[in-house]
Amino acid sequence: MRKVLTGNQAVAYGAMLSGVEVVAAYPITPQTTIIETLADMQAEGLGDFDYIRVESEHSAMAACIGASMGGVRTFTATSGQGLFLMHEMLHYASGARTPVVLANVNRAPAAPWNIWSDQTDSLSQRETGWIQLYCEGNQEVLDTTIMAFKIAEKLKLPAMVILDAFFLSHTSEPIEIPDKEAVKDFLPTYDPKDIWLDPDNPHTFGAIAMSDPYMELRWQIQRDMEIAKSVIAEVHEDFAHHFGRMYHQVEGYLAEDAEVLVICTGTAASTARVAVEALRAEGERAGLVKIKTFRPFPGEEIIGALKGKKKVAVIDRNFSPGAQGIWAQELRSVLCELSDQERPMVYGYIAGIGGCDISVKTIKEIYYKTLESHRPDDIDMWVGVRHV
Amino acid sequence: MNGERGANKEALFVSGHRACHGCGLALAVRHILKATGPDVIVVTPTGCLETFSSPYGYSPWRVPWIHHLFENAPAVASGIAAALSAQKRNNVRVVVIGGDGSTFDIGFGALSGMLERGDDVLYICTDNGAYMNTGGQRSGATPTYSSTTTHPVGRKSMGKPQLKKDLPAIVADHGTPYVATASVAYLKDLRKKVEKAMTYHGPRYIQIDTPCPSGWGFSSELALEIGRLGVNCGLVPLFEMENGSLTRVRKIRKKLQVTEYLKAQSRFKHLLQEDGSEYLKELQEIADQNIAKYALITSS
Repeated sequence: MRKVLTGNQAVAYGAMLSGVEVVAAYPITPQTTIIETLADMQAEGLGDFDYIRVESEHSAMAACIGASMGGVRTFTATSGQGLFLMHEMLHYASGARTPVVLANVNRAPAAPWNIWSDQTDSLSQRETGWIQLYCEGNQEVLDTTIMAFKIAEKLKLPAMVILDAFFLSHTSEPIEIPDKEAVKDFLPTYDPKDIWLDPDNPHTFGAIAMSDPYMELRWQIQRDMEIAKSVIAEVHEDFAHHFGRMYHQVEGYLAEDAEVLVICTGTAASTARVAVEALRAEGERAGLVKIKTFRPFPGEEIIGALKGKKKVAVIDRNFSPGAQGIWAQELRSVLCELSDQERPMVYGYIAGIGGCDISVKTIKEIYYKTLESHRPDDIDMWVGVRHV
Repeated sequence: MNGERGANKEALFVSGHRACHGCGLALAVRHILKATGPDVIVVTPTGCLETFSSPYGYSPWRVPWIHHLFENAPAVASGIAAALSAQKRNNVRVVVIGGDGSTFDIGFGALSGMLERGDDVLYICTDNGAYMNTGGQRSGATPTYSSTTTHPVGRKSMGKPQLKKDLPAIVADHGTPYVATASVAYLKDLRKKVEKAMTYHGPRYIQIDTPCPSGWGFSSELALEIGRLGVNCGLVPLFEMENGSLTRVRKIRKKLQVTEYLKAQSRFKHLLQEDGSEYLKELQEIADQNIAKYALITSS
């Protein structure tokens, strides 16, 4: 079925089609229409799930973890401040190995108050042990939500589906909505196996682990995050087999013969496709690499795509004060493995903070700046900001 | 379980855990589970209970049990109740057993949310009147003029100046169908209240006075005696409220002066010195108000 949906509606359809059994949610702009759409679905009998109207995001995640430990498929959604309030629970969710799925609509952190797109909220959860999947368009949002359940449940790790505020959350696009039965075929009913709360087979959870077992259990999370790279690739393949749409953790566009590559995530990647085409028309050897997964970080694929290139320009709609753009930092750390001859110079740009537009013009400006520069530390990395 | 004798044979919370000698809380838990039976899932927020009952690899729990964070047990319980409902596992019930710090203070918002939604959870607060797990810091449940490590007695301090938060009343005002207070000093009464709570659906709340030898400062064989003194002086009223109305109280047969209760514990010892008399008077007034409010003494 083809339908025109906003990104937020696409998330709700993804969760409903995945047969979610418990939703716990609290409203926050720009996420709210996700949980409103789910409420409508429940009210109209489209989705057969329990819906807990919690009193905070902290409780939303707590209830999801409780329900997941109870043995059912669970979902919630949030943004910005809501995600920050959940922070403590995010660590717990991965530590308890609960495959909760959360949709985060990127929203800039306060203060000053701002409800627009900025990835600093989700990226600053990078040590919480969540799989993070970024989306470029609404079809990808719907498909990623469904895939997130499969990835999370295979690994017993929670997964976050991430979409840009307003550029996706409140923008409509025509979307192919898969048939519920076909989704069930791809994603069978959740089986908690041995990890759940059952009086017939009582277990003790959340015990105090002394240092040795604690370290062992944390190591297991890292081991499974490594395994996650191949699990995500398999799920992408499997999804393509069922629905004919293929996704990649790292995807190149006109990248093969490019000399300067632009690295983008989220909706900026969509704009960058147009910018790269325009640059090609101007005779430039420009290319794009879009990264979809942040955790686990797809280092090998990135090295594969970037090895031997002269320069790469990373566009970060986020930043870590006192350091730099977060994707650029991550990228530099994996590129260290390459020899001096193979390693591209990494230009890390900060753009689009707090919902500022990243236009075709912005990306072209970044491209030419990178092309003409000799060293990354020679130029101003903040794009489109008044230095007052 | 072969070869087990005595108390452990049927218990759902068995010995071998690491509670202090004479711990009122450990005793309460054993009797709570005796009353609920085995078809429960227990959620415990951070506190003494979690610390002494869960070193990794050992467990006294014979029911499924989950320790979560400090402030979120009601929400975790709501999630589990929703999962049980989604799975149609109607024979299994959810019980929270949490301390006063998590219940009165840090988890109060989550508790209020759970009560307001009407989720099917029995919330039991084991009240030892301070953050005993971390060495006895003041909580919203700490009784007036008790000395704690964060509000200690000193030249300019008589301990906690505020009143204990009246949580049972606040819980009842949410429209909670069953609210009760109990004491480990009266175990049969405690079990009866838990049994009665299990006959209700929706949120239920029981607050149990659990004397703490190390935190309150008394010898470990005296926990039940201290509990009895608290009840019989009027500072720890035992009652039941069903659908908003007071339906039953435990009568005081022989009223004790609060001094009898206070002098037995080092957390109140400063009140028994020369300059403590006016503070003692205030505490006696609190006890007398309780006696009047709940009609704890039958007038003859």
